[in-house]
Amino acid sequence: MKYWRKPLDLDQVTVPHGDVMIITERCKGCGFCVEYCPKGVLELSEEFNRKGYHPPKVVKHGECVNCNLCEMICPDFAIFSVELSESDAAGSAAEQKKEDSN
Amino acid sequence: MKTDPAGVLTGAHYLDGDFAAGEGVMAASCRFVAGYPITPSTEVVERISRRFPMMGGTFIQMEDEMASMAAVVGASWTGTKAMTVTSGPGFSLMMENIGLAAMMETPCVVVNVQRGGPSTGLPTMTGQADMMQARWGSHGDYELISMSPKSPQEAFDLMIDAFNLSEIYRVPVMFMMDECVGHMTEKVIIPPAEEIEIVPRKLTEKKPEDYWPYELNSSDDIPEFARAGDGYRFHSTGLTHDYRGYPEMSAECQWNCVGHLVDKIRNNADDIVRFEEEDTKGADVVVVTYGITARVARLGIEMARKKGIKVGVIRLIIVWPFPEKRIRELAGKVKGFVVPEINYGQVILEVERCAAGRAQAIGVPHPGGGVHDPNTIFEAIVGAAK
Amino acid sequence: MSTEAEAQVERKEVQAEDHPVAPFIRMDRMPHIWCPTCGIGTVVKCYATALDNLKIDLDKVVIVSGIGCTGRVAGYMNLDAFHTTHGRAVPFATGLKLGRPELNVTVFSGDGDLSGIGGNHFIHSARRHTDILVILVNNFIYAMTGGQNAPTTPLEAISSTMPYGNFEPPFNLPHLAASCGASYVARWTALHIRRVTKAFEEALVRKGFRFIEIIAPCSTLYARRNKLGTGLNLMQFYHDNAEIQHGVDTRDIDIAFQEKIVCGKFVDDEEQTTFIENMHAHYERVLGDKYVPMPPEGGWIHE
Repeated sequence: MKYWRKPLDLDQVTVPHGDVMIITERCKGCGFCVEYCPKGVLELSEEFNRKGYHPPKVVKHGECVNCNLCEMICPDFAIFSVELSESDAAGSAAEQKKEDSN
Repeated sequence: MKTDPAGVLTGAHYLDGDFAAGEGVMAASCRFVAGYPITPSTEVVERISRRFPMMGGTFIQMEDEMASMAAVVGASWTGTKAMTVTSGPGFSLMMENIGLAAMMETPCVVVNVQRGGPSTGLPTMTGQADMMQARWGSHGDYELISMSPKSPQEAFDLMIDAFNLSEIYRVPVMFMMDECVGHMTEKVIIPPAEEIEIVPRKLTEKKPEDYWPYELNSSDDIPEFARAGDGYRFHSTGLTHDYRGYPEMSAECQWNCVGHLVDKIRNNADDIVRFEEEDTKGADVVVVTYGITARVARLGIEMARKKGIKVGVIRLIIVWPFPEKRIRELAGKVKGFVVPEINYGQVILEVERCAAGRAQAIGVPHPGGGVHDPNTIFEAIVGAAK
Repeated sequence: MSTEAEAQVERKEVQAEDHPVAPFIRMDRMPHIWCPTCGIGTVVKCYATALDNLKIDLDKVVIVSGIGCTGRVAGYMNLDAFHTTHGRAVPFATGLKLGRPELNVTVFSGDGDLSGIGGNHFIHSARRHTDILVILVNNFIYAMTGGQNAPTTPLEAISSTMPYGNFEPPFNLPHLAASCGASYVARWTALHIRRVTKAFEEALVRKGFRFIEIIAPCSTLYARRNKLGTGLNLMQFYHDNAEIQHGVDTRDIDIAFQEKIVCGKFVDDEEQTTFIENMHAHYERVLGDKYVPMPPEGGWIHE
């Protein structure tokens, strides 16, 4: 996390972690979630769902902060985020590292 | 059940038809009225607006007739009996939402105090030219019930029946008065509340998770009702819908949905139809009338009887559904039907259709603005007897 | 279990019913008919979230819609919902509210439905202070019928009935609502999801005629005919051109074609009395003991 100045209570504040749950069959590929995720966690995937749309996929595991913006902005009720505990978040981050190295 | 006594002005009164109709509305335990002023019907709501605050009723004068009808349909969905009042031009405006009430199967009553038409016509003078419009006014296929009182007393009595029928069949009921009955002052006897039977809005006993708004029981062709706000979370739409109330765009759904709207009245027509029959046995001519014309025709009928013509009378109390069966039966036995009405021929088309050529159907039209000269009716009867 | 396997177990098929607002939506009717990049779904999501946050009695919340794309909202919400005739959602809602005053009635409809054919009902309901919340989703066009000119279509915008560009000045809806007597007037875009949710939360517990206009993208008709891209491009436009100016005079917030959109809360009058309150107070004063008000449970007569 880059700060232009260091907040005084940085040690006390924990950044939440989230997991993105995508209901691929309901997605209409509008791209709102991809565009407006503040952490850039999502991208439209290459796969098609049954209706021929490209649903999003998580490309930055471990970066989701469970802000729920994707959930709020999705017009199709096709995506939401849930809170992850620290250990699960570490698992996500590990997965991301593995993907980056591939 | 017995009606709520708060609305019943028991006693013998000297009232005009509009006021009597208003009293009937209150006596029927209707507690929501939305209206827009139009001559000659305004007195109905004026009476109601004066008395409603004493009995827990809400009257609102809306900005136009379309809003009035929409508000009536909305209020009916809270379980409250609701009605509105208008005349010809307003009736035309209300048609869209009458169709909505028919499609959503909403019980309500629409009073049309008919006047000379078309368009602005004769605002202060009588007519009976909306009879076909009552049946066919809104677009699409649907059936509803329509009644025609002949006197202020009947305006009161039939109003109770109008609300009851609308509850039983979940259908909008068109109460077709005419300006003559509306503005005629006569004795009206309002009985005590214990003697007035009303059909209350019956709610479903199913639990919310088992309830679908338009599901039909095997025993009944009327869906069960749930009030908005009772937690049933139902959806009702003016689109063609299935038993769940969800819109579905298919011919099959249209068959089911619209077929049901039509069948629920047609299949029960025998129970609904109501008319007064007099001296039809062995009659040469049967006069078919309704509303104020039924009283005017009396003199013409008496004149014909004096001439030795056997004249029977069928006075339609419920005009839609039309008493097809009886007219068909009589058509085989009489020489002709005479149908005087204050229009250029509307109900006569039904009589003609049912007679199917086996008896003549002679109309006595009148464009509106007054009632018939009884001589014209007499002459028509004489002509029909030949 | 290794962290990799843990992560794999998590990627099981996400069930539709797990979505946080699933209880508010008729899941058996999903996916809905709105186009990809249409903003209406977003507004519905904000409304559902607002209901969830407020924890009000959902049994008493009733939705009324008119005809149009936004009019389909009633069909998708898992509440008592009515899909009525074109323009008549507001008087229908008036009937519901007066027939059972304890109901919390929301009218959810579009710009064509509410300000076109429904214009008369809109202004009179505001005038009377009818106690309903009107959520008007403004996509500047009659979308459902194929993209015709609407009372809100900006000047110069192209539509199917104004193929050379609109020359009729459009409505300034917050100004219309405020001048007619609304007690709460706000405008947001579909992009302002958190502020929209907050506005809904505020308005749902206020009384009086509350009006919230949400500018939402219409990709298939408005954006396409005016060569503005997709709904995403329109959202990006809102991002760059929406300005929040709370409390500004509603006279000055017209929307010109592809120009800045002024958002915010413009009127918030908590003191205003509603139609029913005025009726009660008046009859009590004039009729005294003889006045029998309709109870909040409504006028349903039963044994």
